[in-house]
Amino acid sequence: MLVIDQLTVDAITAHARLDHPDEACGVVAGPIGSDRPLRFIPMVNAARSPTFYEFDSKDLLKLYREMDALDEEPVVIYHSHTATQAYPSRTDISYASEPNAHYVLVSTREDDETEFRSFRIVDGHVTEEPVNIVTGLVE
Amino acid sequence: MAIEVSIPTILRTYTDGAKSVEAAGATLSELIADLEAQFPGLADRLVEDGSLRRFVNIYINDEDVRFLGGIDAPLTDGDNVTVLPAVAGGA
Repeated sequence: MLVIDQLTVDAITAHARLDHPDEACGVVAGPIGSDRPLRFIPMVNAARSPTFYEFDSKDLLKLYREMDALDEEPVVIYHSHTATQAYPSRTDISYASEPNAHYVLVSTREDDETEFRSFRIVDGHVTEEPVNIVTGLVE
Repeated sequence: MAIEVSIPTILRTYTDGAKSVEAAGATLSELIADLEAQFPGLADRLVEDGSLRRFVNIYINDEDVRFLGGIDAPLTDGDNVTVLPAVAGGA
């Protein structure tokens, strides 16, 4: 199960809408082992594509050094699909390399509704999980 | 020659959980060969058909090796190397 607060869900959704029709991507970091996504970090999609996303390699290093310094890990890794459903694609699955992360998929294919779903992707295996949206999250 | 190599979570199964290991090599290619000798199976996660895998990022002293000569990038004693799988995907 993914436990996440409404403000963070809203931030992720807003980011996806802003970057549409390109895919949006980012991370929500939290203390290592806490499973609490607390710190919303939108990233630039270096691919700037409606069908692909990738964190710029320099941004990626900066992000990981920062998380390391704060004893954090990427609790949520999110990205959007702009014309397809909010479900991990074969590419999403093959490049998923954070076994402890919740992979959040958002779809902006409809104007009036944003799908928001969460998955675990471990060793090429996808499992959808329930999303519990709470009003406030503390450490 | 001692080069400190930071290992990402997903590759720590090869290093017995260690997030930082020491290796030697005058080039990245030699370093990877040394890593393979110490941690069998690791090289295949970094290299495919003699080149660095596209979706694995490797940095020498915080510079992406793509700008330093790729797999032939030179190394000096005291350098630190960081490995980070790309965060990427598609529709």
